[in-house]
Amino acid sequence: MKRYLPFLIVVVVAAVSIGGGAALYRAKRPRTLTIPKERIASAVIETGGVHILGPANAPVTLEEFGDFQCPPCGKLSEPINQLQHEYGHQVRLIFRNFPLINHQHAREAAYAAEAAGLQSRFWQMHDLLYKEQAVWSNSTDTRALFDAYAGYIGLDIARFKIDMDSDKVRERVAADQKQGISLGVKNTPTIFLNNKEIDPKTLNPTDLHAAVDAAVKNAKPSS
Amino acid sequence: MAKENASTRSATKRARFPTILYTIAALICLIGLAEATYLTVMNLTGETAVCGGSASCFEVLGSKYAKIAGIPVAGLGAVAYFSAFTFATFAAFGYRRARTLFALTISAMFLATLWLLFVQAFLLHAFCRYCLFSAAMIFLLAGIVVSQPASD
Repeated sequence: MKRYLPFLIVVVVAAVSIGGGAALYRAKRPRTLTIPKERIASAVIETGGVHILGPANAPVTLEEFGDFQCPPCGKLSEPINQLQHEYGHQVRLIFRNFPLINHQHAREAAYAAEAAGLQSRFWQMHDLLYKEQAVWSNSTDTRALFDAYAGYIGLDIARFKIDMDSDKVRERVAADQKQGISLGVKNTPTIFLNNKEIDPKTLNPTDLHAAVDAAVKNAKPSS
Repeated sequence: MAKENASTRSATKRARFPTILYTIAALICLIGLAEATYLTVMNLTGETAVCGGSASCFEVLGSKYAKIAGIPVAGLGAVAYFSAFTFATFAAFGYRRARTLFALTISAMFLATLWLLFVQAFLLHAFCRYCLFSAAMIFLLAGIVVSQPASD
């Protein structure tokens, strides 16, 4: 029996590794998510909480569920902005907050963006938060930094501070998150191109550009 | 007689030492295998929560050095850890050739670890805690190899 024991141990370990890996993969496997027609941003009567950049009738819609403290989101932020500039009226961007619980300051950053949004400067704060991500993510006093950012983009700081703690801002972030959870969003960034989730493995500037380019070419002008 | 007994006990102890050492090595390999398997799956699924918000971790695991010909380095690590585990197990059971194969595998893993540490320190200027943990495991295994030469 002792002669076969090492073989048995190795076989058991191999089986457990492969089986465990496969089970973990199945549990974490990204499924292609889609946004049902009735819940597409333009089809829903929103309360003004959705942040849209680009014309309402653009044939291509890029909808991102993002977390301001998530480094991959930060890396994609500028390429996504460039896409909007490059394709102009053909592409519209929608940003929804999806702060992950393992990011200590993500929720507060989302509140800062929403508070800026109440003064019509959401996208300026959005860009600044991503640009300065490495700084405020490691700061012990993020609130002071967010106040400074508010001043930098020309907000009324006193109002910004009040809005940061307001229920309105919290409700907006919660609504975005609820929308994401109901669609099956688990990670950030999760990006939908014309309501179909882009494969997370292709979420890099080159592949994203190619996907948007193909969508623009295939899209029929909407009336 | 007493002297003879003591010498027998000492010889038995000496004979059991490699078994204990290779058993410890096999256990270390199991820890490394679990970590590498987890990272491989996370890489394949594109899960971003794996880094828990560490920017350096994202930078390392998302860099071009994290894959070789499309295969995640963590996947290659899992294969290497499994091979090392197999050889350590057989060595613990007294298979002498397994000791040589274990030493060769750990040497290759040690060199790969040095390269990956160089990449993190000098090319990416960022460290990933998983990679550092794995490096620590390899250094321990290398220590076992050095303390127990294959030709012993």
